[in-house]
Amino acid sequence: MTQIAQPLTTTNSSPVPLPDVPVHSFAMFADQLCEQLRNNSSGLSALFGVPRPDRSLRLYAVTNHASAAKLAIFATDVEARYPSLTLRVPQAHWFEREIAEQWGVVPEGHPWLKPIRFHRSYSEGRDAWGRSADDEILPSVQPAGTDYFKVRGDEIHEVAVGPIHAGVIEPGHFRFQCHGENVFSLEIELGFQHRGIERQLIGGPNKRTLHYMETLSGDASIAHSAAYCQLLEGLAGVEAPLRAQAIRCIAMELERLANHTGDLGALAQDVGFLPTASFCGRLRGDWLNASALLCGNRFGRSLVRPGGVRFNLDDGMIADLQSRVEVAFRDLAGAANLLWSTPTVTARFEDCGTVTRSMADEIGLVGMAARACDIDRDARRDFPFSMYRFHQIPVSTWHTGDVFGRAYVRWLEIQRSVRFIQDQLRVLPKTATQCEIPPLQPDSLIVSLTEGWRGEICHVAITDSDGRFADYKVIDPSFHNWIGLSMALRNQEISDFPVNNKSFNLSYCGHDL
Amino acid sequence: MSWPDGDPPKMPERYRGLPVIDSSKCPDACRKCADACPTDAISFNDSLKLDLGRCLFCTDCIDACPEGAIEYTQDFRQAVRTREDLVLDSRAFRLAEALDEKSRKLFGRSLQLRQVSTGGCNGCEADINVLGTIGFDLGRFGIHFVASPRHADGLIVTGPLTSNMKLALRKAYAAVPTPKIVIAVGACAISGGPFVDHPEQNNGIGQALPIDLYIPGCPPHPMTILDGLLRMLGRLETKK
Repeated sequence: MTQIAQPLTTTNSSPVPLPDVPVHSFAMFADQLCEQLRNNSSGLSALFGVPRPDRSLRLYAVTNHASAAKLAIFATDVEARYPSLTLRVPQAHWFEREIAEQWGVVPEGHPWLKPIRFHRSYSEGRDAWGRSADDEILPSVQPAGTDYFKVRGDEIHEVAVGPIHAGVIEPGHFRFQCHGENVFSLEIELGFQHRGIERQLIGGPNKRTLHYMETLSGDASIAHSAAYCQLLEGLAGVEAPLRAQAIRCIAMELERLANHTGDLGALAQDVGFLPTASFCGRLRGDWLNASALLCGNRFGRSLVRPGGVRFNLDDGMIADLQSRVEVAFRDLAGAANLLWSTPTVTARFEDCGTVTRSMADEIGLVGMAARACDIDRDARRDFPFSMYRFHQIPVSTWHTGDVFGRAYVRWLEIQRSVRFIQDQLRVLPKTATQCEIPPLQPDSLIVSLTEGWRGEICHVAITDSDGRFADYKVIDPSFHNWIGLSMALRNQEISDFPVNNKSFNLSYCGHDL
Repeated sequence: MSWPDGDPPKMPERYRGLPVIDSSKCPDACRKCADACPTDAISFNDSLKLDLGRCLFCTDCIDACPEGAIEYTQDFRQAVRTREDLVLDSRAFRLAEALDEKSRKLFGRSLQLRQVSTGGCNGCEADINVLGTIGFDLGRFGIHFVASPRHADGLIVTGPLTSNMKLALRKAYAAVPTPKIVIAVGACAISGGPFVDHPEQNNGIGQALPIDLYIPGCPPHPMTILDGLLRMLGRLETKK
């Protein structure tokens, strides 16, 4: 093997000068990517293209290394075509589809090259599927290059679901190839929620930027806006006051509690177990209302601000929050523990939708879904940020990789989050809650990671010579994990789709952006 | 919850409900609020006006105003029947009137809605879903969310109407039997919300469908949605 140059390494939310990012030959870039991801405690946080004036595309890779709390950054330049990286690094598959769609660059040999959001190429006159400017580009409408995967044979049938689903949920299209009740393949087609946020972030920050962050994925407003604010603070070389950091983390855990609680209820609902479903429906509201106590909004809107938080907590509110957390947790413990002690529930959860550890490693699963496959990773511990640097949350894992695992990890995490909030409320630092943001460092690249309730949230920004965003990438955990749902469904009964879908509960809008 | 027969639940102290404008506190029209507003919801043609259809109910204008001319109240009642009624100035806010008698006869005691999400952030969907939980128990009013538009009396739509959802929304609307109603929930569905003027969306559903009820917010509180639905059905008139 040829000698591989050292990549540039940095830590969570520490900017690096853009010219310091090594630009390798393509062969060395590909080797580097394999080398960096050889260890299964590492993952691909970001892989994206930035157009160059000469019409080449600079590919940046950001790999994370939990064992050293480091992020590695390296780059290469490609022209209209390059050999697909997915063949060597499977977890690059969705990133390469995104790059092909955005810049019209073809990763040759990609096993399943289709658009992921269904919009026109951002690179004039260059389209990875050779579509012309007159071709209509819509999901589910089958323009060139977007045929579904098909299984052929006697007694094979196809089930198409969506974009509009039966419940009050976001749009997406699911194609099942079935043999009787048995699912051979599930293809997930998204993009219906694509509203063009990333392109609008370029040239910022401006007065709308924070509001985009709060609406990337509305149920993860806190985790995304915190990722953005710590990115800005990193570029500005400041740190939010400690009390603000504590309040952000309390809000992030309340967000996790609300969603995990809602999901346990929804999982119970999907197997027809109404006691837990009913309790959790109400208890989820209690967590949301605790967020509203903090900032007036159930989803934490307007709480996290660059330089700190918009709302402080006074002693009365702290006491109020403490008693609410205690009461809600007591009720939730009763509702959740019913699940684990009811055989009709566990019989439906166990061995349903299993993703093996090796599959999870290969496709680069993140967050709670990965931890349910015994992957001991959590950005709160591995790339500590904000208050998690001083008050660690133990990582919760389970080893079965099935619906049960994904449900049970939620319950383990709920207990850790409650403990964390109680601890924080007891020792809230007595500092200010806001600081000024000086001008942002120009010509820099910065990676900001947080752990949202679904998993790793990654924001990457590149600044221009004036310190404005020349590029901004958002990678929601759903971007990594949708393929996990497809894998979970293989050889399952199609009637188990709802409970599997709920066990991942991925974001359409966070993916579609 | 005992509402609407009893008192409504108490909103949290920091809840940002219906804003009020005090023009007397805005003598020189410094425009700082308008400059700060992320969605340009504030205008100054003759006097200070706030378009609730665009408003994200954030804190940017109140933080920018040196005089405190804009304030949020605790009032969760915000739904209206026309787009113009969403534009707030110093005059009294005109809440949604009930449907006409014939429509009330059809929908007043049983309203089946098909929800369609056309972009947005899933916040509105989350707080529509909440209405089905035991606390709100929407079913007690005869209102249900149904799986098929063919079983529905109308659509309840969220999101700015992305290009990629335009066809699906049109098909869903066509599949609802006439007469049918359309309810726009959230800043996105009314105006595009935070995504207003992006080329990938349509600044809400107003160009595509006739809207019977506008429920502003980002996202609206579940009480705001429930109040709007009941108000439209004429089930609050004799009470609050």
